[in-house]
Amino acid sequence: MRERQLRARDMLRGDLEGEELERYVEEKVVMTNFEKLLNWGRANSCFPLTFGLACCAIEAPIALVGSPRYDLARFGAEALRASPRQADLIILSGRVSIKMAPVVRRLYDQMLEPKWAISMGACSSSGGMFANYAVVQGADKFMPIDLHIPGCPPRPEAVLYGFTKLQRKIMGNPDQGWRQRYSAAGTEEWARGGPRSEPSPEAAAAYEEARELVRA
Amino acid sequence: MPDAPGLELIRGEIEGDHPGAILDTGFDRDQPVLVVDPSRILPVLTWLRESPGQEYTFLSSLHAADYLPAEPRFAVHYELLNRDRVERLRVKAMLEDPDPEIDSCVELFPTAEFQEREAYDFFGIVFREHPNLTRILMPEDYVGWPLRRDFPIGGEPVTFTYNERNYG
Repeated sequence: MRERQLRARDMLRGDLEGEELERYVEEKVVMTNFEKLLNWGRANSCFPLTFGLACCAIEAPIALVGSPRYDLARFGAEALRASPRQADLIILSGRVSIKMAPVVRRLYDQMLEPKWAISMGACSSSGGMFANYAVVQGADKFMPIDLHIPGCPPRPEAVLYGFTKLQRKIMGNPDQGWRQRYSAAGTEEWARGGPRSEPSPEAAAAYEEARELVRA
Repeated sequence: MPDAPGLELIRGEIEGDHPGAILDTGFDRDQPVLVVDPSRILPVLTWLRESPGQEYTFLSSLHAADYLPAEPRFAVHYELLNRDRVERLRVKAMLEDPDPEIDSCVELFPTAEFQEREAYDFFGIVFREHPNLTRILMPEDYVGWPLRRDFPIGGEPVTFTYNERNYG
């Protein structure tokens, strides 16, 4: 520590030369490009929208943001914005009813680019247990979702894990998911029209192409 | 709570003023029920509300139900309460299937306004003379009456590999 301080002092005085200067610069300076720097900044200072839909909304802001135990401030996203104009992350916490869907879509449209959306919990990801006339079966039917977090409700750890995944995605290095890790390409289930129906030729071609990319 | 003879007394008194208005009486889960001719629901409710000795001045709930295989199919329930004696009385009007219609009781009980809108929203029961009979919980452009028994459940069927393999 003391040695470093002395070296820093020497550096400021201009006494550091040659190999020592090289080493000092290597230690202290990171080379990157502006795009990466910008994304690094964005990923580490998300501004989530103050927004709740249903029971997951009890989990999300209170358990994650407002409590010291699972502190979202550790990841730089503790500042909730009450206006979509100031937010760049929307967490859909709870089931989206068909009456609420246009409102959610409007909020999402009002957010400024770049923006991200997390679907938190089973209900907003797939309708959950509400397979009925009043609930949208998955929020990605009406808006793009970057990340789905399963659970009913998800554990706070799961939400934090999902948030760190989103950060990697913002930094331009998204996780490929379990299919690549377990070499499980080609196990996708099709949304079938009926029993044993085949995917459309275009979808089959697209999936074949994706499979080749994963194998490569 | 009126007991069985008390309920028959009420029925007799209403019959005196409005002959033929009460179709049936009964007890459901210890709760007295008056089944009323739907075309004369307003005189009966007014009578129960205004008559000395009755004074069921509080409508604690209004709701609809669909008893699909039964005829007539729909029912509108009025849960009346006398707050001095803490006595409850249920009034029930059965409605026929196509175009169920009944008189609105908003003039009598202002609290019925939203509850009648809810019954309209979910069962399609039209309340005549209601000041603003529009959908209250479902979106305004929703088509259908979702709590009717013949309304499809909705949602999406999920394809599981297990089901596909064994029953697909």
